[in-house]
Amino acid sequence: MNSNINTLKFFAYSYLLFLYSPVLLLPIFAFNDSTIISFPLNSFTFKWFAGLTEETYLQESLKNSLFVAISTSILSTCLGILASRASARYKFFGKKSILSFLILPLFLPEIIIGVALLVVLMQLGLPLSLWTVILGHTLVCTPFSIAILNSAFANMDMSLEEASLDLGETRFGTFKRVILPMVLPGLISSLLIAFTISLDEFIIAFFLTGTETTLPVYIWGQLRFPAKLPGVMALGFIMLLLSLVLLSLFEYFRRRMNRILEDQSNVQFDNLFKT
Amino acid sequence: MTEKLKIDSIKNIVELDGVEKHFGGIAALDGVSAQIREGEFFSLLGPSGCGKTTLLRLIAGFEQPTKGNIAIDGFQMHGVEANERPTNMVFQSYAIFPHLNVEENVGYGLKRLNLGKDETARRVNEMLKLVDLENYNKRPAHALSGGQRQRVALARSLIMKPKVLLLDEPLSSLDKNLREQMQVELRHLQRTVGITFILVTHDQEEALTMSDRIAVMFEGKIVQIASPQELYSRPKSKRVASFIGVMNFIEGQLLKDGGQVTTVDVGILGNVNVNPDQIPIPLNPGPVIISIRPEMLTLLFEDRDSTEYEISGVILESTYYGDMTYYNVQINGLKSPLTISMRNTAGRRVLGDGESARVGWGAESLVILKNSEV
Amino acid sequence: MDRLKNWFKSDSSRGLTLIGLPFGFSLLLLAAPMLLIFFLGFWTQDYLVLDRSFSLDNYIEAWTEPMYRDLMLRSLGISATVTLGTVILAYPMAYFISFHGGNRKALWLFLVTIPFWTSYLLRVFLWKVILGYNGVLNSTLGWLGMIEEPLTFILYNANAVIITLTHAWAPFAILPIYVALEKIDRSYLEAAADLGDGPLKSFLRITLPLSMTGVVGAALIIFIPTIGDYVTPKLVGGKDGLMIANMIQVQFMKANNAPLGASLAVSAMGIVSMISLVFLALNRRWLRKRGS
Repeated sequence: MNSNINTLKFFAYSYLLFLYSPVLLLPIFAFNDSTIISFPLNSFTFKWFAGLTEETYLQESLKNSLFVAISTSILSTCLGILASRASARYKFFGKKSILSFLILPLFLPEIIIGVALLVVLMQLGLPLSLWTVILGHTLVCTPFSIAILNSAFANMDMSLEEASLDLGETRFGTFKRVILPMVLPGLISSLLIAFTISLDEFIIAFFLTGTETTLPVYIWGQLRFPAKLPGVMALGFIMLLLSLVLLSLFEYFRRRMNRILEDQSNVQFDNLFKT
Repeated sequence: MTEKLKIDSIKNIVELDGVEKHFGGIAALDGVSAQIREGEFFSLLGPSGCGKTTLLRLIAGFEQPTKGNIAIDGFQMHGVEANERPTNMVFQSYAIFPHLNVEENVGYGLKRLNLGKDETARRVNEMLKLVDLENYNKRPAHALSGGQRQRVALARSLIMKPKVLLLDEPLSSLDKNLREQMQVELRHLQRTVGITFILVTHDQEEALTMSDRIAVMFEGKIVQIASPQELYSRPKSKRVASFIGVMNFIEGQLLKDGGQVTTVDVGILGNVNVNPDQIPIPLNPGPVIISIRPEMLTLLFEDRDSTEYEISGVILESTYYGDMTYYNVQINGLKSPLTISMRNTAGRRVLGDGESARVGWGAESLVILKNSEV
Repeated sequence: MDRLKNWFKSDSSRGLTLIGLPFGFSLLLLAAPMLLIFFLGFWTQDYLVLDRSFSLDNYIEAWTEPMYRDLMLRSLGISATVTLGTVILAYPMAYFISFHGGNRKALWLFLVTIPFWTSYLLRVFLWKVILGYNGVLNSTLGWLGMIEEPLTFILYNANAVIITLTHAWAPFAILPIYVALEKIDRSYLEAAADLGDGPLKSFLRITLPLSMTGVVGAALIIFIPTIGDYVTPKLVGGKDGLMIANMIQVQFMKANNAPLGASLAVSAMGIVSMISLVFLALNRRWLRKRGS
C-alpha cells in the first residue's frame, strides 16, 4: 500500500519535471552568452535583456498586445457577467443550449475560429486591425470568463438579493451594494485570466492582424532568425515573470472570492467540465 | 357590549382574498383567504410543501399571485415590488450580507432614507440594544454565531419600522436549547415593538408557544385558523388533530343531533352525551371519529381512584421520557391501542409491559370529528 | 396587455435580456462565420474572384486527393495519440493530487498550471531545443552514456509533434479529471472496502467509473482542438509531421484557394465531431452497463 503511494508520488514529481522542462530552459538561455540556443553553456550575461530596449518593433507590438489584451479582458468579462448572471439567477427558455453555445469556442480549434472570422471580414470588406484581433480574442476568452464568474454568481445565496430588495433598495442599488462587492474577486480573476490568454494568443492574431502586430506575432517572426533567438528567450523570461505575478494575483482573488462566498472548492473551472 | 366594541376596533393589517399561485401548472397555493390583525403574532403552520413559504413570499412581494388579491394596511399590493412594500423579512438563512459588518448590515436599509450619519448611528445602536447586541457594531458577518445572525437579521428588519414583519422558519437552524430560548425572546420582542409578526413554521410546538393565532395549511389551503388553545383542544379535522400533538382516534356513531346535548355511541364504551362545542363542525347522525388527547386519559393506579368513565386494558409498551411516561394500551374491545401520557409525580410507579390497567376518562374531553380517511 | 407586462417582469424575460448580448455576440462572430465557412466550401475561387455557384469539387478534392487524405489521417492519428497519451499521464497526477494532495491540493494545481502561462510559441520552440540533434535530451543521454549516437527520431516528425502537444494540453486533462475525482464521496470507497473490495477492485469498480465524466471531458477538450494545431507541427513537425491546419493555412493565405481551405476545415471538424459523438455514446453505454 505504501509502496503504491510512493510510486504515485515519484510519478507525480517526474511528470511535474516534464511539465516544467521547457520553462526551466528559458532563464538558462536568456542569461547565456551565446547566440546558439544549445548546450554546452557559455558565460552569464545580461546583454540580451539590454538588447531588447533597442528593438523599436518589439515595443510597438508590446503596446499593441497590451491594448488588445486590456480591451479583450474588459469585453469578455462584461459578456461573462451578463451570461453567468443570467445562468445563475434566471430560468428561461433554451438556457442550456445558449450556454453550451457560448462555451463552444473552448472546444474549437483556434485556427477554425481565425479562418472563419477572416472570411467574414473579407466578405464584408472590413479592414484587418487590432480591433478584429480583439473581437476574435473576446470570443475565445468569454468561455473562461463565464466559467469563473459562474461560480461567483452561482454560489451567491439568492436570499441576499431578496433581503436587499426587501430593505427598500432598488434592483440597480442591490446590484451595486450587494452583488458587485460579492463577485468583485471573481470579476478581477476573470479580467486577469482573459488578459493573460489574450496576451499569449497567437493563431487568431496571426490570421486577423493587419499591419500592426501583436507580441506573439512578433515573436513568431523572430523565431526564423537564429541571431534574434537569445533576445526572444530574454523576452520570454520577462513574460514568464509577468504571468507569474498575474497568476499569483489571480490565485489571491480566487481565494478571497471563495472566502467571501464561504465555498471551499478549489477549482474554478468546475462549470466548464460538466459534460 | 364591550366585547362587540373591541372586535370592531381591531384592524386587519393583511388581507388575503382568494390568493392562488401556480408554478408551471402546479398549484402551490389554491385559494387562500385570511385576515391578519394589526399587532398580532400570526403563524402559518404546515408540513413542508404546503405552500406556507410561498404565501409569505407573496406577501413580501418576491412573487406575484397568479390569482386573487393581497392588501397590506388597506392598500392593494398588485404590481407593488418588494422594495416598496411596508413589510420586512427575516430569512430562513438570515441572509446576512457577508461583506458587511453588523452595523452596516443593520443600517443597510436606512441608507436610502438619507438620515445623516448621526441619526443612522443612533437608530442602529438603539436596535442593537433591543436585540441584545450592544457593542457588536464592528463584528464582521462571518464571525457571528447562529443566534447572533438571527438577532442581526431581526434588527436589520425592525429598524425599517415595517407594518408587518415576516419570519421564514427563523429558528429552524438553531439547536434545541437556543431555539427554545429564542421562542420566548421573539414573543417578548413582538410584545415590545407591537409590530405584526407573521411566522412560517413546520414546528407545531413553536407555533403553539409563540402565536396569538395560527393558520394550519395543507396542500396550498388554509384548513383552520384559531388560537393555540382552540386549535389544540378543538381541531376541526382528523388531519389537523394529528398534526398538532398526539391524538387518539376511536370510530363511533353520532346518534342524535339534539341541540344542547348530543349523544354519541363510543363503540363498546357505551353512549356518551357531549356539548355542542365538542363538535367543531356540525355533523349529521352517522359514523364519526371520536378523538381524545393522551393527557386526557388517565391510568388509575389505586383502587380508590375513580373518574366519570372507566375502561380496562393491557399495557403493550411504555416509553419513559423523564417528566412523562407514554403508554400504549390495548383496550378490551377496541381495534387499535390508545396512547396515554402520565406525568411522573412523586411516588407514582411506571407500569411495565403486559400489566393490566384501568383507564379513566371524561366526556368533556372528547372531540367529535367527521369520519374521513385523512 | 397585463399578461405581456407580467412577462416582462418574469424571470424568463430578465434572463433572456441579460444573455441577449453575449448570445448575439456569439451568433454574429461564431455561428455566422461557421455558416459562411460551410457555404464557402461549396463555392470556387479563381485567383481572387469568388464563384458562388454550388459545386462539390472542393469536397471531392479534399476527400480523394491522396495528399489531403494522408494529411487528414495523420492529423487524426496524432490527435488521438495525443489525447490518449495526455489522459493516461494526467490521470495518475490528478488522482495523486485529489487523494494524496492533503492540504496542498491548491498548491499542486497552481504548480501544474504555471508552465502553461508562458508563451505558447516559446514553449513549442523550447521543445525543439530539448529534442534537437544537439539538444538537451541528446546531450544529457550522451553524457550519461546511455546512447552512442544522438537520437533522431524525436525531432522533425510526428513523434515530436505528439510529445510537444502531450505537454501543451496537460492541464486541460488534469483539471477536469481532478474535478471529477474530487466529487467522489470518499465514503463510497470506504463502503467498498467495508464490503470486501481491495484497493484495485474498488478503484476499478468505484473511482474509475465515477471519474469517467472528467476523463471524457478531458478527451474532448483535447481531441477536438489539437486537430487544428498549427504552431507545433510547423515548428517541430518537419516535413513528415505537418497536420491539416498547416494545409488550411496554406490554402487561405498562400494558395488563394479559400474554398478548398474551407472544405478541408469543415471536413476536419465534421470528422472529429463524429468521432467525439461516437466516443460519447460508447462511454455512456459502458457506464450504463457497469451501472446495471
